[in-house]
Amino acid sequence: MSDLETFRAQTQSWLEANCPPEMREPVRDDADVYWGGRRATFKNEAQKAWFEACVEKGYTVPAWPKEYGGAGLNAAEAKILRQEMSRIGARPPLSSFGIWMLGPALLKFGTEGQKQRFLNEIARGETRWCQGYSEPGSGSDLVSLQTYGEDKGDHWVVNGQKVWTSYADQADWIFCLVRTDKDNKYQGITFTLIDMAFEGVSTKPIKLISGNSPFCETFLDNVKVPKSYGEDIPAQVGEVNRGWDVAKYLLGHEREMISGMGGGERTAAIGASMKRLSAKTGDELDPVLRAELAMFDVDALAFTAMGEKFMDEMKAGKGHPAQPNMMKYTGTELNKRRHELMMAAGGSRSLEWESDETRGGTPARSWLRTKANSIEGGTSEIMLNVISKRILDLPGA
Amino acid sequence: MPLYHTEDQAMLADTASGFMAEEGNIAKQLRHWRDRDCKDGFGHALWKQMAEMGFTGMLLDEDDGGLGLGHVEAGIVLEEIGRNLTPSPFLTSSVLAATALKHGSADMKGRYLPGLIEGESVFAVAIDETAKHRPSRITTKAEKSGNGFRLSGSKSFVVQGASSDMIVVAARTSGSDEDEEGVTLFAVPQDAAGMTQNPVRLVDSSMASHIAFEGVELDGDAVIGEVDGGRAILNALLTAGRIGAAAEGVGVARGAMDLTIDYLKQRKQFGKLIGEFQGLQHRASHLYSEVEVARAVVIKAQQLLDAGAESAELMSSVAKAKVAKAAGLAVKEGVQMHGGIGMTDEYDIGLYMKRDRALQEFLGDAFFHAGRVAEMSGY
Repeated sequence: MSDLETFRAQTQSWLEANCPPEMREPVRDDADVYWGGRRATFKNEAQKAWFEACVEKGYTVPAWPKEYGGAGLNAAEAKILRQEMSRIGARPPLSSFGIWMLGPALLKFGTEGQKQRFLNEIARGETRWCQGYSEPGSGSDLVSLQTYGEDKGDHWVVNGQKVWTSYADQADWIFCLVRTDKDNKYQGITFTLIDMAFEGVSTKPIKLISGNSPFCETFLDNVKVPKSYGEDIPAQVGEVNRGWDVAKYLLGHEREMISGMGGGERTAAIGASMKRLSAKTGDELDPVLRAELAMFDVDALAFTAMGEKFMDEMKAGKGHPAQPNMMKYTGTELNKRRHELMMAAGGSRSLEWESDETRGGTPARSWLRTKANSIEGGTSEIMLNVISKRILDLPGA
Repeated sequence: MPLYHTEDQAMLADTASGFMAEEGNIAKQLRHWRDRDCKDGFGHALWKQMAEMGFTGMLLDEDDGGLGLGHVEAGIVLEEIGRNLTPSPFLTSSVLAATALKHGSADMKGRYLPGLIEGESVFAVAIDETAKHRPSRITTKAEKSGNGFRLSGSKSFVVQGASSDMIVVAARTSGSDEDEEGVTLFAVPQDAAGMTQNPVRLVDSSMASHIAFEGVELDGDAVIGEVDGGRAILNALLTAGRIGAAAEGVGVARGAMDLTIDYLKQRKQFGKLIGEFQGLQHRASHLYSEVEVARAVVIKAQQLLDAGAESAELMSSVAKAKVAKAAGLAVKEGVQMHGGIGMTDEYDIGLYMKRDRALQEFLGDAFFHAGRVAEMSGY
């Protein structure tokens, strides 16, 4: 057996021994997702056991180095772990913006002290992070952001407002874009780490059309942010005034993450499950709807291959650096189409806002939620702008 | 296996790309033969050159004199064929017929393979019987007659049928029209008595025949594989051919897209390059995204087929359908973004639209394959 075959066999038996059957069921509601953090609680013993087994093995962040709480897996091993988890339907043990976003930024731009402290806290699920990028006046034109950090020697005094901060009301820390030089648009922003327990930080949930409130407004009123959290742990990632580089890098990651949510082999094609759904309510798929579903499944299965190719190329350093924009655009548009078709297949049942049969209106709420896919993390139109400029090299783009 | 080319495959891609751009380009091949009203629609000299490159027998086993390469490699050649709109017998002879002949007897291989490998022979496949691809229904009959068979019925859309030395014909040896079983494949020589070809020129300047079989007498050794056991071979050649056609389609899409993006960077209106207009930028970027996805699913299908995976069949239909949509978009957007000049014969973009149209129809269009995806998925 090759090393990778051995690894696959070991992974299979480890998952068999450590992933409880309940953790192989599809995620049904918010409580099924474990986000970690100071205030986190487990829904049940199975969730706790699965999380703790993964922390010990480094599998909350399998590709991170061992000294930062990961398992140090190489690209091929990480892919095998993903495949094996997907095969048994294992839930992610820990969901976190720390894993998806801050972690990659720290791995690339962080000091050793920052990595030791923050990455380990993220890997162990101790700190829940949120992202402070957008502002009421700075959406697609993010670089116009106004939240200002006034230099007071050993600390900054930060004032401003962030919006669309995901789960800020449940987060412990925020990584935040703060303007530290008003005269320099791109080179006047600092990528700052702020403890949300500091005085002057407050949050207010935003109620969305789905009825849920996954996002908040976050207010920063005269927040005193120390420039250092200890030896070799500066409060900013990268250099002061060079946070835009970090932000751009992270936006790339966010686009990959969002595009990844549209894929997933287990959920790519929906036609067969829509037929079963119809049968449950005594319906049959309309032939024209069936045709639309078939056309969708072609696109979805093809996009699954695209996701695999994209990951393979990225790991090998091939592929265009702006390709995440294409992935984000295509993946989110596809996901919106998927939910449109699911609503159609579900008929009047999928309109129910509150019922046991729909688990509290999941079809309708999820459908509405997907409309944000092509807005958050850069709108589809911004993605197309970036593709025009960086990949197609079109004039004036 | 990662979804990108290995080093060897990347080298082959470089070679194939250089060769097709130099020898198979539109001026030298497609326009050249079209403007001379060539009865074949392709050049035999290029076919010989492709043999010298090792392309013609690349899918054949080394024991049979081939290169023993896979569908990723054949797809690399096909993508360059698509990009240059190179008319050639490669898809029908080296992919479709070659896949069938792999199942032939040693005697049959000896009869046909050397000519293919040398670029001396051209083969065709006769599957469709109506204007739409529907291989589940085979009505052309082959009845026992002495030691052999008597073939009667008709076939259509036999690409390069009149130029071929041999035609692989799917015929019914037992059962009724729609039966899965009871199909046999025959290698029918061009000079078989009772076979009448009516070759017609298609929109893309290629040639395809309507063929009538009126009591064509065939020896028993014309059977490819087993009598009544042709369905599996037919399915194998269809899967290989669809994935091959999809690869060629990706080439067509990329060729059309590249022409169009170049044009956006050259054409000025309102004192600006038209590529500066966001209305066109977004459409071009959407097109790029679709073509990228099509490329990905094609290499996925090729790898699955080469690995002998069961899912290759599903993925062949996903690939054929996705490419049909992406390439269709590429040529339509291409003509539109070229504006009036896109409607002229002088510009190449229209040639891409014509080739795409023919390729879409070949071995099943997007509707056929999306329907097949639905059936295979259980709805």
